[in-house]
Amino acid sequence: MTPSAPVIAFRGVGLTYPGPPPVEALKPSELTIERGDFVTVVGPSGSGKSTFLNIAGLLDAPTAGTYLLDGIDTGVLKDSERTALRGRHIGFVFQSFHLMPHRSAQENVTLAMLYTGVPRAERARRAAEALRRVGLGHRMDALPSRMSGGERQRVAIARALVGHPSLLLCDEPTGNLDSRNADTLLRLLEGLHEDGMTVVVITHDADVADRGARTVTIRDGVLHDGPSRAVREQERA
Amino acid sequence: MRILLRLRPGLRLRRVLRLRPGLRLRPGLRLRRIRPAVPPTSFALNDLLSEALAGTLQRPGRSALTALGTVLGVGAFVAVLGLTATASSQIDSRFSLLTATEVTVKDIAREQNEFADPAFPDDAGERVERLGGVEHAGVHWPVREDTGQGLAVRTSAVARGQNDMIDVVATAPGALRAAVPHLVQGRLYDDFHADTRQRVVVLSSSIAARLGIATLEARPAVFIGDQPFTIIGIIDDVKRKPDMLLSVLVPHTTAEELWGSPTDAAEMLISTRVGAAVQIAEEVPIALRPDHPEYLKAVPPPDPKSLRSSVTSDLNELFLLLAAICLVIGAVGIANTTLVAVLERTGEIGLRRALGARSRHVALQFLTESGALGALGGLVGTSIGTVTVVVVAVARNWTPVIHTGTLATAPVVGLVTGLLAGLYPAVRAARIQPVEALRR
Repeated sequence: MTPSAPVIAFRGVGLTYPGPPPVEALKPSELTIERGDFVTVVGPSGSGKSTFLNIAGLLDAPTAGTYLLDGIDTGVLKDSERTALRGRHIGFVFQSFHLMPHRSAQENVTLAMLYTGVPRAERARRAAEALRRVGLGHRMDALPSRMSGGERQRVAIARALVGHPSLLLCDEPTGNLDSRNADTLLRLLEGLHEDGMTVVVITHDADVADRGARTVTIRDGVLHDGPSRAVREQERA
Repeated sequence: MRILLRLRPGLRLRRVLRLRPGLRLRPGLRLRRIRPAVPPTSFALNDLLSEALAGTLQRPGRSALTALGTVLGVGAFVAVLGLTATASSQIDSRFSLLTATEVTVKDIAREQNEFADPAFPDDAGERVERLGGVEHAGVHWPVREDTGQGLAVRTSAVARGQNDMIDVVATAPGALRAAVPHLVQGRLYDDFHADTRQRVVVLSSSIAARLGIATLEARPAVFIGDQPFTIIGIIDDVKRKPDMLLSVLVPHTTAEELWGSPTDAAEMLISTRVGAAVQIAEEVPIALRPDHPEYLKAVPPPDPKSLRSSVTSDLNELFLLLAAICLVIGAVGIANTTLVAVLERTGEIGLRRALGARSRHVALQFLTESGALGALGGLVGTSIGTVTVVVVAVARNWTPVIHTGTLATAPVVGLVTGLLAGLYPAVRAARIQPVEALRR
């Protein structure tokens, strides 16, 4: 990791699914997200948001261009190295939480450190700390089935935070929450951003998009810097 | 001087680049990007085991049902091997003390050479008894008239009827002792009677009753043919050669004097110390007939191992086949359930991959889960099989015997079954792409 390097640097990154017919899910794009940014990525469904998430989250490899994560060229990495990079540098938050139903909140959070060589006792300690950070210090032993949607998503955020990632990648984090819980959650994300965390939120919700310090719009597989309204005006001009 | 070449990765050089004399980049040289060092993620063994255990206990009811096939298979395996071991050890204990210390020697001289004399020398019993490990030894043969007919035995010199034919067996004192008779009255004849060719007999209580003899107080006599004999002992049981109970026994020397040398049906009965029988069976023909050891055939007791295997092999094969079928069914059950679990837990697999699990970690976890199920089934099956053996043995008043090898192998059989069953589901789990798994 190079401290000065941007967290995300897309250099002509594109993804084409081989056909027939070939589908250009993401057209070659340039994008730089600096450390400490709070970026929202918006776009209508089918615009390529998921493709962006998969590439940025190292879940899928681009077919064109170079993707540098923390200054590391991800294109030359072996699969196991991409997995390791993903596990150590990225914290994921999903719309459907993806919590393990039979494990307590604390156990769910410790899972994030299972593969990165953190000793067991240290995992429990850090998980407790992360749960306190998201305001769930009193719910550590609760099962996800006994928690509200807002609480579950906060467990998921604690799980994403606990490994000290350089990037928090949130995919529709408020999609399954009511507006009050969504607001609590976004405030939590803003708090994390103020603490210096790089946060990328992918959403189709304009209210959520407005909370970001910077907005990136995806339209028809092309990344544009700026909120969707501005992008549309730009296109008209 | 430093030259920084910025080229698109993967491009080939078309022309020779002369950087300085002697240092040049040749055409065709492929420039490679410097690979950053990213240490791979790991999955510690104790974490793997506790994750697998947690996965198994997630649905305890289903896990128990899944392990049932292995429980039955391994249980049957242990029960069959245990019961056959138990049964064969009963056979051993019932027969071993008598059969393992008994050697019989047959006179086969006539088969080798039709002009040969009877093979046993006169002092056969004494010679064999001098061998280490021999307790008692002596020859015996059925006595016949020269005409080949049996001898009449009666209590008076006058014939009473035709129904007085009783087998008369010339029996050396050593053979009598080797048969371990149980005396009810009087005494056995011994070497003194034999050496001095006394006219004495020993007979069983049933023959005594048939002859109308109740007590030896009156010194009763019997006539064999027309020769009078004193009855000196009545026996009611023998441990070896039970046909002695149906015969009148006379010292072999007396019989030889009266009715001639033994026929080719002469045999020798030897009782030995425990463990000596096989050795003695080898020595006897040479000790008795160093000139023609082939005239005598010594029959050692059957080898306990071959006895056991011949008794148990038929049972074993059938039931072990059944146990194997149970195991296959168990394996299919585990494979099926694990496969369902893989499909159910696709989201979990995707999450683990997102958190840094390599595909081999995922495969390893599912393999460990199925292996744990198999091993658990194996352990429970071993216990149930052991209990079965003990219950059956107690019910039959047997001593339960299970070989330690069986107990050690059985849980391993369960483990291997589970691992084999988990192979395909684990490969399927490893192939799941995180992108697809997380979309759900």
